[in-house]
Amino acid sequence: MKAMLAGFAAMIVIGLGAWYVLGEMGFASAERMSGPSVRLD
Amino acid sequence: MFRHFMALLLVTLLAAPIMAQAQETADPAAAVQTDRTATGGAQTLEDILRRQQGLSVDDSFRRQFGDPNSAAGITEQLGTLGGASDPDLWRALRFNAADIKVSAGGDVAKVLVQDGGMAWYQFRSGPLSTYGGWLLLGTIVALAVFYLLRGRIRIDEPMTGRTVTRFQFIERFAHWMLAGSFILLGLTGLFVKYGRDYIAPTLGKEFNATLLVASKFVHNNVAWAFMLALVMVFFMWVMHNIPNRTDITWFAQAGGIIGKKHPPAKKFNAGQKIIFWSVILLGGSISVSGLSLLFPFELPLFAKTFTILNDIGIPGWFGYGPLPVDLTPQEEMQFTQAWHAIVSFVLMAIIIAHIYIGSIGMEGAYDAMGSGEVDEAWAHQHHSLWLDELKEKERGGPASGKATPAE
Repeated sequence: MKAMLAGFAAMIVIGLGAWYVLGEMGFASAERMSGPSVRLD
Repeated sequence: MFRHFMALLLVTLLAAPIMAQAQETADPAAAVQTDRTATGGAQTLEDILRRQQGLSVDDSFRRQFGDPNSAAGITEQLGTLGGASDPDLWRALRFNAADIKVSAGGDVAKVLVQDGGMAWYQFRSGPLSTYGGWLLLGTIVALAVFYLLRGRIRIDEPMTGRTVTRFQFIERFAHWMLAGSFILLGLTGLFVKYGRDYIAPTLGKEFNATLLVASKFVHNNVAWAFMLALVMVFFMWVMHNIPNRTDITWFAQAGGIIGKKHPPAKKFNAGQKIIFWSVILLGGSISVSGLSLLFPFELPLFAKTFTILNDIGIPGWFGYGPLPVDLTPQEEMQFTQAWHAIVSFVLMAIIIAHIYIGSIGMEGAYDAMGSGEVDEAWAHQHHSLWLDELKEKERGGPASGKATPAE
């Protein structure tokens, strides 16, 4: 049971880590597929 | 061509019953050679009717644009068009043959009319949804019927009370990270696929929209845990999953699932090896196509893949012409998305069966991944050769690797 919970916890940590790191690196779709000249409002 | 390719895949994956239907709508050889002299080479009523009926139309004649040699003089009427006409220009845009220049957006932005998107949309909301859904439901029903007929696979011998370690902590950790991420990815993928059809009408569009935004977030980010766990599991278990002679015995006795015999097996039996290689190969393919989807237009896969398939001649085995190798960036993404979904459906069906046999289907199976400890009676029944190896190791026999030469 500990291994299962640890696996799930690692999954959450990796997921949040991926979101943060890729966001910081500018890999969000909004940044890759858009630019300052695009108006979204 | 998208439809041709998907028909080929469905034939391969879902076999005969679909073949006739797929060929009926997708066979390019069915295109009729039409006499177009009456329209001066333009479309005829017959072309239009065939298109309306969803039949194949040879539209290569519509991809020929202009003739500079027959251009009117520059001072004449229409001379500025250089042998082309306005309809020529529109058809060039329609078939992506116009010389488009864009200041931003690259090759993606040069595609002004992307008609492949319609075939992709129809495939995704048609056959993919239908056959994918039935595959999952059919698997669940088949397992339920199997359970009713066969019942739970019990441990025949009395429990010994002595346990052996089946899986170490790191193995169980990787398994559950893989399992947890796959279930999350599967559910969120199904939400994205079926949300508009089934969730929005019942729980409301607002709820569906919120759920899908969350699903996309989870799907994109949990994917990394899945890929990492997949690599871990591969390296930890690959040596135990190389096919050997015991697998033949296992298959000959149907794995002990039918009847009362329990074929000998090492750490993994042939059925588990099928699961392992399915997870590695299909999960690997899902990962690659998923990476291509995570970084849109950066990692195109299909033009190269189709070139290899064409070189081998695989489409010809099924009576199809060469697959398209000149794909727009959008078509690359559409093929990738379709492939991602098809392989995912197949792997989900396999994993549903795996979850069944690892939980309610077999007594004692869950302990192997739960606590990691299994009773010797269970180990003897399902993995007798592996248990013998363990015992040999405990006794310090040749299998232990710790044997010291006699002095």
